[in-house]
Amino acid sequence: MKRIIKLTINGKTIEAAVSSNQTLLQFLREDMDLTGTKHGCGLGDCGACTVILDGKAVNSCLVLAVQADGSEILTIEGLAEDGKLHPLQQAFVDKGAIQCGFCTPGMILSAKALLDEKPNPSELEIRTAISGNLCRCTGYQKIVEAIGEAAEVVRMREES
Amino acid sequence: MSDYQVLNTRAPRVDGPAKATGQAKYTDDFKIPGMLYASILQSPVAHARILHIDASKARKLTGVKAVVTAREAGLIKYGVSPARYDETLFAHDKVRYVGDEIAAVAASDQDIAQEALSLIKVDYEELPAVFDMFEAMKEGAPQIHDEFPGNMNAEVHQEFGDTEAALRSCDLVVDHTFINKRQDAAFIEPHSCLAVFDHSGRLTLYTSTQVPHYVMRTVAMTLQIPVGNVRVIKPYVGGGFGPKCEATPLEMSCGLLSKVTGQPVKMTYSREQVFLHSRARHQFYAEMSLGVMKDGTMVALKNKAVLDGGAYTSFGIATVYYSGSLLGGPYKLKTMKYDGYRVYTNKPACGAQRGHGGVAHRACFEQLIDMTAEKLGIDPIDMRLKNIMTTGDITVNELDMSSLGMKECIEAIRSGSDWNNKKGKLPKGKGIGMACGFFVSGAGYPIYRSDTYHSTVVIKLSEDGGVANVMTGSAEIGQGSDTTMAMIAAETLGIKLKDVQVHSGDTDYSVDLGAYSSRQTLMTGHATKEAAEQVKSQIASHLSEELNVPVSSITFADGIVKFDGGPGNFEKLRSSYIKEHRGWMDPPTGEYLTFREAARMAYLKAGTIVGTGKYKPPRLGGSYKGAAVGTSPAYGCSAQIVEVTVDLETGQITIDRMTDAHDCGLAINRTSVEGQMQGSLSMGLGECLFEEVKFDSRGRVLNPSLGEYKIPTALDMPKVKSIIVESSEPNGPYGAKEVGEGAIMPTIPAILNAIYDATGVRVNELPATSERLFMALKDKSEAV
Ligand code: FES
Ligand code: FES
Repeated sequence: MKRIIKLTINGKTIEAAVSSNQTLLQFLREDMDLTGTKHGCGLGDCGACTVILDGKAVNSCLVLAVQADGSEILTIEGLAEDGKLHPLQQAFVDKGAIQCGFCTPGMILSAKALLDEKPNPSELEIRTAISGNLCRCTGYQKIVEAIGEAAEVVRMREES
Repeated sequence: MSDYQVLNTRAPRVDGPAKATGQAKYTDDFKIPGMLYASILQSPVAHARILHIDASKARKLTGVKAVVTAREAGLIKYGVSPARYDETLFAHDKVRYVGDEIAAVAASDQDIAQEALSLIKVDYEELPAVFDMFEAMKEGAPQIHDEFPGNMNAEVHQEFGDTEAALRSCDLVVDHTFINKRQDAAFIEPHSCLAVFDHSGRLTLYTSTQVPHYVMRTVAMTLQIPVGNVRVIKPYVGGGFGPKCEATPLEMSCGLLSKVTGQPVKMTYSREQVFLHSRARHQFYAEMSLGVMKDGTMVALKNKAVLDGGAYTSFGIATVYYSGSLLGGPYKLKTMKYDGYRVYTNKPACGAQRGHGGVAHRACFEQLIDMTAEKLGIDPIDMRLKNIMTTGDITVNELDMSSLGMKECIEAIRSGSDWNNKKGKLPKGKGIGMACGFFVSGAGYPIYRSDTYHSTVVIKLSEDGGVANVMTGSAEIGQGSDTTMAMIAAETLGIKLKDVQVHSGDTDYSVDLGAYSSRQTLMTGHATKEAAEQVKSQIASHLSEELNVPVSSITFADGIVKFDGGPGNFEKLRSSYIKEHRGWMDPPTGEYLTFREAARMAYLKAGTIVGTGKYKPPRLGGSYKGAAVGTSPAYGCSAQIVEVTVDLETGQITIDRMTDAHDCGLAINRTSVEGQMQGSLSMGLGECLFEEVKFDSRGRVLNPSLGEYKIPTALDMPKVKSIIVESSEPNGPYGAKEVGEGAIMPTIPAILNAIYDATGVRVNELPATSERLFMALKDKSEAV
């Protein structure tokens, strides 16, 4: 059984037919070819599939595509503007927060949701915000540093 | 400060922007028109005879394109080491663990493939199974492989000097036993493969692997395709840590199904299948005795290992050798004896994982050193320094420490953690502990016996001279090898990092044994350097001819060419370059000749400028049996200090701080070196405190998910202070050596030594959970 959903992905309005058991993750990766969102477990354990849905970071493997009807979604592909990296992306690159990169899209989006809510997070708040995003490569230290640095850049940008 | 332009800096990774924007493609991100989806049928029972397989219903299901079993795949044995090929792609007579592969299906979509699996009927006659390594060694235990009586997969006996006599002559002998638990590598990207068998009989595999070269060889052998017709391409890989170091049933199945159907076939393991495939850290039992003199001089080490191998060999032979050979240093021992046993059980096979074979035994040994130091009343750091090896020392088992900054690492963490003001002075419940370790910088020999080069590299300049393309079969799996090779090429050619492009992970580009045993920086690095030198010397000789200057007067750095240190007279080259590129946006400017102009001139004279480099280690090691395992052209080493708080009521452990020093020779990229150090610590912390793959009484994995199998989160990791120690390694390119695995060696024992310092309780079984510590604390208080 297919159902028509209408939603906004990275600023673009999309109408699509989805089956009722299809997850948002499958819809993004397979139907929309937005493969920047990663599949690490499909069970809500790893956070690699994190996207921002109506302002909140969610595991897209735990959301059905039909549940996303009418929502606004941001994936990693929608973060850079005019070919310019978002401060979080830039900080991840500069600080060495990326190794294999498989956790990176989800990690960056969890961080984005945090900074949208708390522009000046403490280290503990940063660690808590990404505690659902597993990274096996980095030991998290450089990720935490990168998020801290990006927060500063975003704040300065907003002040000016 | 170094004189390098590119090396030893914190250059951002070359693949950073692609990975930060989601543009980087991993295997499962690929889609090809007409692509089929595959799935593997795995055994639900741990040990059984296969009586009959009926796939007729599955074959009839609409959308199913092929079903393959051992009948179609054949019974060619494969494995990692040719000395122990004990697997076939699909089980035919017996299944040996829950997860053993029986059949594979290709269908037009994933759901149909899955449904088809459920239609394959397999009749089993269940056999008694054995899951515990000690049980498996007992007489009368179920036999898993007929060829290996007593379930003894591999045995190692090595002795250097007369250990028993040496122990008798010691003032003090201290014993310790230790057992870890099976660990999962828990890389975040599950294995995935896309196979394309084309009309010319060529098979291309896009696959999530650490070792394109070995996958190519194994797949060619098992599928009976000429090896020259198999091409393995490794897209970006989401972590490997060891288990992606060998060809998988997933890769072979995809290849076979594509060959049978003539269509591209893709398969990705579920997270549960990653656990079932395993090939990760073994369970090790270690039993050791250390003999010392009163002044703390180490004399003799006796070491016994029992490894739970699971149902097949995988990397296991090397693993069981490493558990012995990697204790030869970094302390001077006069004698050492090692007895190792790797045992088959009816569980998924274990293989290589970060710190291959060495981690658990290092954990036991470094605890033993602390126990001994305590009995002698010597500070653990002083005890180690008294026995430490330095550059030029050779271990009792003949490993050559051609550079070794072990002492410098220890001094660095001692001051970096303020050890002297903390050791013995902390309040109850707080503790500090340390440990050391070392690791190979590339295995001295390939997995199969061969005179092959371990790495070859091709560098090809673009025709305009502006880009150096580095082509290598080496595997970027997250550790940063592409960036490392780009930096080595840029430095050697004397050009800017941005003007190098690395094309890697493709068996068509060059020969490279891949990302295991921490080998690429040294080995691929050597080959890259040599290829770049060749390119540079070609350009220099053309320049010398063209401008009539001696070759020795020409130098390259930072994208420009100097003649006797000055600009020289190059006007005619510049005007001809500009003439050829009229209207282009970036004409060469400035007072010096650019590399680009020089390279263009060389192209006009000689055609495409290509340089090639190659590396293989010289003959290394002793001549005793198994002497090859543990040899390496160089060794990295590290020392760590961990500070903990233990709640003495509940046993709850908090890691407060970690101070880590690693000697990686010249740090090619300082940020990446720290990244490897920090990642190693987190993997070691997880194994020490909570990771354990558990089984039920029938051999089924109880926690095959990242929810139930816990790995460290950002909240579990403390602040880490990473200190890079740089010795100069004579056998490494620019003096560089490993960091990716040596850095994990001290982590577990440093934590356990800190827990002892805080509580007076020795944890000798991992994971050191609060329950286990609570029980140990209780036992201790009841004993007094
Ligand atoms: S894929 Fe969604 S949480 Fe792992
Ligand atoms: S960078 Fe590899 S999992 Fe985070």
